[in-house]
Amino acid sequence: MALIDTLAQNWPKLIDGVGTTLALTGLGALIAAMAAPPLALLRAQGSALAQAPLRIYISFIRGTPILAQLFLVFYGSGQFRVELQSLGLWGFFRDPFNCAVLVFAINSCAYQTEILRGGIQAVAPGEIEAGRAIGMSRLTVLRRIVFPHAYRIAWPALGNEIILLMKASALASVVTVFDLMGRTRQIFSRSFDFSIYFWAAVLYLAMTISFVLLWRLAERRLSRHMTGQTPQGVQ
Amino acid sequence: MFELFSYGPLGWGDEILAGLWVTLRLAVTTLPVGLLIGFAVAGLSLSHNRGLRALGVGYTTLMRGLPEILTLFIVYNGVGLLLNRAMAMLSPEAAPVEFSPFAAGVVALALVFAAFAAEVLRGAFLAVPEGQIMAGRAIGMTPRQIFWRIKLPQLWRFALPGMGNLWLNLLKDTALVSVIALDDLMRATKVAVGVTKQPFTFYLVACLIYWLLCLVSELGLSRLEQRANRGVRRA
Repeated sequence: MALIDTLAQNWPKLIDGVGTTLALTGLGALIAAMAAPPLALLRAQGSALAQAPLRIYISFIRGTPILAQLFLVFYGSGQFRVELQSLGLWGFFRDPFNCAVLVFAINSCAYQTEILRGGIQAVAPGEIEAGRAIGMSRLTVLRRIVFPHAYRIAWPALGNEIILLMKASALASVVTVFDLMGRTRQIFSRSFDFSIYFWAAVLYLAMTISFVLLWRLAERRLSRHMTGQTPQGVQ
Repeated sequence: MFELFSYGPLGWGDEILAGLWVTLRLAVTTLPVGLLIGFAVAGLSLSHNRGLRALGVGYTTLMRGLPEILTLFIVYNGVGLLLNRAMAMLSPEAAPVEFSPFAAGVVALALVFAAFAAEVLRGAFLAVPEGQIMAGRAIGMTPRQIFWRIKLPQLWRFALPGMGNLWLNLLKDTALVSVIALDDLMRATKVAVGVTKQPFTFYLVACLIYWLLCLVSELGLSRLEQRANRGVRRA
């Protein structure tokens, strides 16, 4: 079996690629997830003036190919080499992995902000009023009512965004990051063994499917108070 | 600064516009091909036959789970290999044929577009209210008449928002073909960067052009949506 031989010869490299792909996606999504909540709040409740730069940022990210964004940061930083060197940041931008994580974080943050904004705006006003009525401070209302609800509502869409990010992370191979796609291209260019693409496809699908399952488990936990049996006497 | 983007031998304006032309041609050629395959796949997913339905669902799951760039390489390298193997069998002394990057781009992008379009179309078909179909049956329409006179005319209205998003994604995904050496906007920019050593300036201009394309598309799409919904009563 040619397929099995290909796997037997190349599995260490492929596994290494999977690790890099997961690192790219995980770091990018995590950094974006840390920046998204305050931005989403601003986007949902901020004044028009405060929202303007945020809207432009989101529109730009959504309106340009992520490959172009990656080139803009990775190659574009070369134009500011002297300035970056004096700031001590040149070492960071010279590494394609760092640039890829930075771009994925900036990109995903725009999408996550919009998704979370939708979640925040979908929280029932009565819940917020109830919180205020029992004397919760603004911050407590956000922490205990708005965000828990918003995340539960936005959860499936956030999962989709992370899957899109994982697929987009394959683009890092174009700037010489050896993620799963990069390893696959490297193996193909040396052996012209086409079956390596089959294994790359299998691994990407396996990652996507495992992620979907994990995400659903988490979703069930997030909404466990809503899926249970209706208490007796309550209709 | 401006002479960099002027026409003629000194500036890169004409090269970038030529690249933009390739990008637009690629997107406009892919759209009908992708729609056609998308209709076929949607038909499979809605079929009453279990095997056909599994085929449709399998296709959309597979194509939506793989990175676009992996699909592109599989099509570009795989079809190239197949063509050459077929040619070698037919006439051993023939020179190896080159699978055109443009054709590979159209095929790969159309395959991806079709998977997402099939889901949008499936949703749109299911969005036609049951009562209208029963009304059609009540006045003695055949299933075929119901399809042509009730379902299909409304499909456009239900599918338009989803299709609009797919069109924007397609525009951005065309940037990937620069990786297989097709002279689109992205690659023309890369060539200009190689000569001028001004990566940030040029990639920023490329980003701005993509952004403009998306903004213009969004404007056109909202016009189309208004027109598509002109006969709908608003509550």
